[in-house]
Amino acid sequence: MRPLKIVVLIKQVPDTRNVGPDAMKPDGTVNRGKLDTVFNPDDLHALELALNLKDRIPGTEVTVMTMGPRRAADIIRDSLYRGADHGIMISDKRFGGADTLATSYTLVRAIQKLPSYDIIMGGRQAIDGDTAQVGPQCAEKLGVPQVTYVEGIISITDDEVVAKRRLSKGVETVSSPLPCLITVHGASPACRSKVAKRIMQYKYARTNSEIRPNDGFIKELHSKRPYLTIPEWGVEDIDADETKIGLSGSPTKVKSVESIVLTANEAKVLSDSDLDIETMIKELIDHHIIG
Amino acid sequence: MKSVFVYCEVENQKIAEISQELLSTGKKLATKLGCPLEAMVFGSQLAGIQGQISLYGVDRIFVADDIRLEPYRTLPHSSIATHVLKQEEPQIVLFGATSVGRDLAPRLASALNCGLTADTTILDIGDHFVKKEKKEYKDLLYAIRPAFGGSIMANIINWDQHPQMATVREGVMKKEVFDENYTSEIVEVDVNSIVKDEDFVVKIIERHIVESDVNLKEAPIIVAGGYGVGSRENFERLEELANLIGGEVGGSRAAVDAGFIDHNRQIGQTGTTVRPKLYIAAGISGAIQHTAGMQDASMIISINNDPEAPINSLADYVIHGDLGVVIPKMIKFYKANAK
Ligand SMILES: Cc1cc2nc3c(=O)[nH]c(=O)nc-3n(C[C@H](O)[C@H](O)[C@H](O)COP(=O)(O)OP(=O)(O)OC[C@H]3O[C@@H](n4cnc5c(N)ncnc54)[C@H](O)[C@@H]3O)c2cc1C
Ligand SMILES: Cc1cc2nc3c(=O)[nH]c(=O)nc-3n(C[C@H](O)[C@H](O)[C@H](O)COP(=O)(O)OP(=O)(O)OC[C@H]3O[C@@H](n4cnc5c(N)ncnc54)[C@H](O)[C@@H]3O)c2cc1C
Repeated sequence: MRPLKIVVLIKQVPDTRNVGPDAMKPDGTVNRGKLDTVFNPDDLHALELALNLKDRIPGTEVTVMTMGPRRAADIIRDSLYRGADHGIMISDKRFGGADTLATSYTLVRAIQKLPSYDIIMGGRQAIDGDTAQVGPQCAEKLGVPQVTYVEGIISITDDEVVAKRRLSKGVETVSSPLPCLITVHGASPACRSKVAKRIMQYKYARTNSEIRPNDGFIKELHSKRPYLTIPEWGVEDIDADETKIGLSGSPTKVKSVESIVLTANEAKVLSDSDLDIETMIKELIDHHIIG
Repeated sequence: MKSVFVYCEVENQKIAEISQELLSTGKKLATKLGCPLEAMVFGSQLAGIQGQISLYGVDRIFVADDIRLEPYRTLPHSSIATHVLKQEEPQIVLFGATSVGRDLAPRLASALNCGLTADTTILDIGDHFVKKEKKEYKDLLYAIRPAFGGSIMANIINWDQHPQMATVREGVMKKEVFDENYTSEIVEVDVNSIVKDEDFVVKIIERHIVESDVNLKEAPIIVAGGYGVGSRENFERLEELANLIGGEVGGSRAAVDAGFIDHNRQIGQTGTTVRPKLYIAAGISGAIQHTAGMQDASMIISINNDPEAPINSLADYVIHGDLGVVIPKMIKFYKANAK
């Protein structure tokens, strides 16, 4: 079959799986500095699904794209190490503070700059905002069908993809014409590891704004090997309407944030002795909690 | 018109639990705002469906009845909902945070160019003063939701791009009948004039829905096991205890991932939210994503061999010990003492 052009939307997120006590500032806001950043877990699954199609269909190209601060280029490099062909960084202060509507607008403006695409993939959801909204909103703006919560691609032809979806109460197999947008569920196969050879090859891949004036060696390398320069697009590069991006393009606003402190109450601490367990069971029965 | 709208999920002529929860909450919001409550329901063979909707105090029901609308598919449902919402211009629209609601609502929000708050657990009405505009906005939707893996609660508002939309987590809002005899006006939606052929390009080839017989949400007692339970076989002891004391078995995600227990019994942020009268947590550490789904239990017993397990700080009884020893003893002493 014909080679495909696949775009994978990837996001760098604070590692909310390991939120420690110092992750919150006293005023209840998130102390982003105290949280490690990671490749959003679902997005790695999406990348795997894309790379798997690339294995199956010769000539297929996988481009990863992220909107975020400069350091998010880390996950682009990570993707290149695992097998992605290209990466695009969308970064501009004016994109900051975006909700999902503004995020999807921005990503779609960038996708529309690409010569062509057959499948847009993303994670089902990001572990910080946890909304699962960006995928469907991009699909609507691109005017393509969406297939959400995909856990595997069953077959693909020149103009149709058949995928298995994981729903809250079951599974569903659907077919969709191409182009389409797919969001990938964490139940799909985990992403392959980084490849040593590719790490060597892409170790110095950088966006221009990551290269400091005294990085002469990297600059020279980039002029010899243009594929090492990760394109970086700002507001003007994607012809974005400034009223639709960042904070001003975001209808949802955070009014207040409260951190959840687990309240310690006075527990009865028991051992596993017969006496302790029997006493507890009797108390529960007496108080009509059980029995 | 100023109103609160609820998108009702329906399958085989049955309105989903979550939709009934939303109608109950929607009624409260509508009462606060002094405006009507409206519902939309799209499916097949829906004659008489209002019998399951009106009683929540719904003033108007938009019914789209067409064989092609069931099972749910994104594009036809979003075309029809976009049409209805553009025409009716409600203030607030609510969806379940289910695999249907989380697929549909964002597509609609994009089409209507409005805000959407995801996975809310508390909804309220309140005001907000916008400093930049020096203007007080009255009667906004406060859409309150956990984020950052459940470690914060954010109150999200939207004052300038209506409707204000939110998806709401299952099992959090209480189902409350407003008036058994309430009558609603039925508005039949002319499906053929709205949907186009392109809305049907995605085809469902196969579908397996498990009508789950577990009802964790309603269970008065839950015996939940975590990764510390160790195996599927060990879970049978938890089941034995649960059956004995009239409860259901649940599990943490680590237990589900390890295959000890089925996915539909997962409790927590990405599972079911429960509020039983007694919650027994055996071999569960108490990650925030787990406690988010059970911290409202009236009484909590933690069985853990780690005295420092975070879940212990929520518990009323902390049993420090091996669950392999403790669970059989609980069974034994219950049998000996139950009247
Ligand atoms: C506490 C808090 C609560 C929030 N609540 C809401 C809310 O209720 N409604 C709302 O509209 N916004 C909300 N936001 C804003 C939201 O987190 C951001 O808009 C974010 O950029 C995208 O949303 P998400 O993280 O939920 O992504 P999701 O929609 O969960 O992400 C799905 C997929 O989209 C792709 N994707 C998402 N973001 C990017 C990106 N920047 N670059 C490339 N690919 C991407 C990835 O493939 C990802 O897996 C909230 C933010 C915070 C901090
Ligand atoms: C986005 C996201 C969503 C999530 N959603 C959920 C969710 O909905 N629900 C959920 O539960 N998790 C969820 N998680 C996962 C969560 O972070 C934890 O990983 C999970 O809850 C841990 O499960 P556990 O407590 O069973 O396992 P562990 O953390 O491994 O804890 C096992 C416990 O068992 C104890 N133990 C071991 N052996 C014994 C023994 N013989 N006797 C007594 N005690 C013993 C140990 O001391 C330990 O405390 C989510 C994570 C993410 C990132």
